[in-house]
Amino acid sequence: MKILVCISHVPDTTSKINFTENDSKFDSNGVQFVINPYDEFALTRAMWFKEKQGASVTVVNVGSSATEPTLRKALAIGADDAIRVNAEPLDGFFVAKQLAEVAKNGSYDLVLAGKESIDYNGGMVPGMMSAILDCNFVTACVGLEIEGSSATITREIDGGKETLSADLPLVIGGQKGLVEEKDLRIPNMRGIMMARKKPLNIVEPVDFEPTTTTVSFEKPEAKGACTMIDAGNLDELISLLHNEAKVI
Amino acid sequence: MSVLVYAESSEGKYKKVAFEATSYGKQVADQLGVDLHVLTIGGENPSELGAYGASNIISVNNVTNNSDAKVVANVIKETANNKGATVIIIDSSANGLSITPLVAVNLNAGLATNVVAVPSSTTPFVVKRKAFSNKAFNSTQISSDVKVIGLAKNSFGILENKVEASVESFDATIISSGITSTSLDKSTGTVTIADAETVVSGGRGLKGPENWGMIEELATVLGAATACSKPVSDLGWRPHNEHVGQTGKPVSSNLYIAIGISGAIQHLAGINASKVKVVINTDPEAPFFKAADYGIVGDAFEVVPSLIEKLKAFKAQNA
Ligand SMILES: Cc1cc2nc3c(=O)[nH]c(=O)nc-3n(C[C@H](O)[C@H](O)[C@H](O)COP(=O)(O)OP(=O)(O)OC[C@H]3O[C@@H](n4cnc5c(N)ncnc54)[C@H](O)[C@@H]3O)c2cc1C
Ligand SMILES: Nc1ncnc2c1ncn2[C@@H]1O[C@H](COP(=O)(O)O)[C@@H](O)[C@H]1O
Repeated sequence: MKILVCISHVPDTTSKINFTENDSKFDSNGVQFVINPYDEFALTRAMWFKEKQGASVTVVNVGSSATEPTLRKALAIGADDAIRVNAEPLDGFFVAKQLAEVAKNGSYDLVLAGKESIDYNGGMVPGMMSAILDCNFVTACVGLEIEGSSATITREIDGGKETLSADLPLVIGGQKGLVEEKDLRIPNMRGIMMARKKPLNIVEPVDFEPTTTTVSFEKPEAKGACTMIDAGNLDELISLLHNEAKVI
Repeated sequence: MSVLVYAESSEGKYKKVAFEATSYGKQVADQLGVDLHVLTIGGENPSELGAYGASNIISVNNVTNNSDAKVVANVIKETANNKGATVIIIDSSANGLSITPLVAVNLNAGLATNVVAVPSSTTPFVVKRKAFSNKAFNSTQISSDVKVIGLAKNSFGILENKVEASVESFDATIISSGITSTSLDKSTGTVTIADAETVVSGGRGLKGPENWGMIEELATVLGAATACSKPVSDLGWRPHNEHVGQTGKPVSSNLYIAIGISGAIQHLAGINASKVKVVINTDPEAPFFKAADYGIVGDAFEVVPSLIEKLKAFKAQNA
């Protein structure tokens, strides 16, 4: 089984978000970048398939050379090789197009992505990839087993879970549950040494005109000060919630 | 030109998000000066949508499973083509999130998800979206002829706008899907975090799972869903699907009550979109107070039981 894991390179969850050039660009100054948290679950699940079922695992990112440390980290965790599509990730459709091209050329059986990336929170790329490739797609996936060419998948739905079966090839948008958090891998010294020698292939993007552009960013309005209420005066809280905030 | 909304139903009933998407679609159609069409698959009482401005309803009766994204996306594409729709609006329910990207590719359309407001301009077409896990917004211009919008939950709201609804039945083309649903495990009776108007959430300050009785009781009094911080679910005190935050569930309720939660940046990222936040914490320096609207410095084990009693009395009076 050949697995492709899509790795998005995003600001660490503790990052303060700022913008430059008249609020038209994300300010990456002083920001630490990491593997998108949802993609870590996908990657760890892929390692499991590698170790237990002999799968090969390729990681891929659409991005500039600045994302290479993130791909090296994925290699250090245990992926066999990496591909970087040498382009700025202009929008979700553009990225999906590039990734679908990589998936097609490599004839992967299974594409594992995260359900969304925590920068633009698009939740677009895996579904769009599946539609471009015309293969099956399940997102918000919290469980995945593969036997031969068929998959058993559990996904989160509103208020519960649904179990599905589908044939490969398949695109998955994953999250916690694919593996448990305690089982997430962090690179060890040996992994880091080995990652240096693993192939990281750079491919050029296919032509595709993006259909969306970011015009500007803004931050939520600064919040007014918190109204403090004495613990002995809960009637006041209830009255404020009823009369002022109108939420009860 | 027209606007098409997909109004999702579950077991024949419309969800709140369907009414929200319809309300939103009505405003966009008015803004563009074009007709609104609302598509429904398996909704028992389509004319209910008329209360939110749906004058033309297309009801598909020959699709049995409206949770199969590929099948539904194809029906939406077919309807959009039939009606010459150039703006397609889909909600952010679990099914909506699966369907939206497929529709965009099917129609070769530009896509903006997590949209929170009507277009700030229609030529060029610009919409505001949530980004960076609610730490910011981003205005996105869609330049393709056909545009697909994924509407964020609980951000636009429901607008009553009663119109006479005509319902047209339609037999859609059903494509074969490679996915079979084998079992469904739905908790009934409890309010889900995604749908809840009010969420009561507990953190590590509650010391252990045995103390969740009062959280559940407070939630019952308020008709709220229960939630928790990440360490609480990691410790196994509460189920994983209750964990909210940047790496958990996003919450966009009207009221969020945080009890014994410190207010770490990753937690706040998930609840920023909630309108009113109440914090109960023993530590006056807890960062959560900076993000709260109402704060009580106090011990949860004293404050919460007393709050439950007072709310019960309040509810009895205002019933
Ligand atoms: C990559 C990453 C992702 C993360 N994602 C998330 C996420 O999605 N969601 C999330 O929640 N966290 C997330 N975290 C964890 C986050 O950083 C915090 O560790 C976590 O939110 C703290 O949980 P807590 O507030 O329940 O616990 P604590 O930080 O231990 O806070 C407990 C609070 O309870 C108060 N308290 C104690 N006793 C009482 C009492 N008797 N009555 C009232 N108050 C009391 C204390 O003053 C304290 O403020 C993430 C962390 C990382 C690194
Ligand atoms: N630039 C990218 N390179 C590789 N994979 C990506 C990229 N952007 C998004 N993805 C994948 O698609 C998932 C969803 O991303 P998004 O649609 O941007 O929310 C992520 O979790 C990644 O697995």
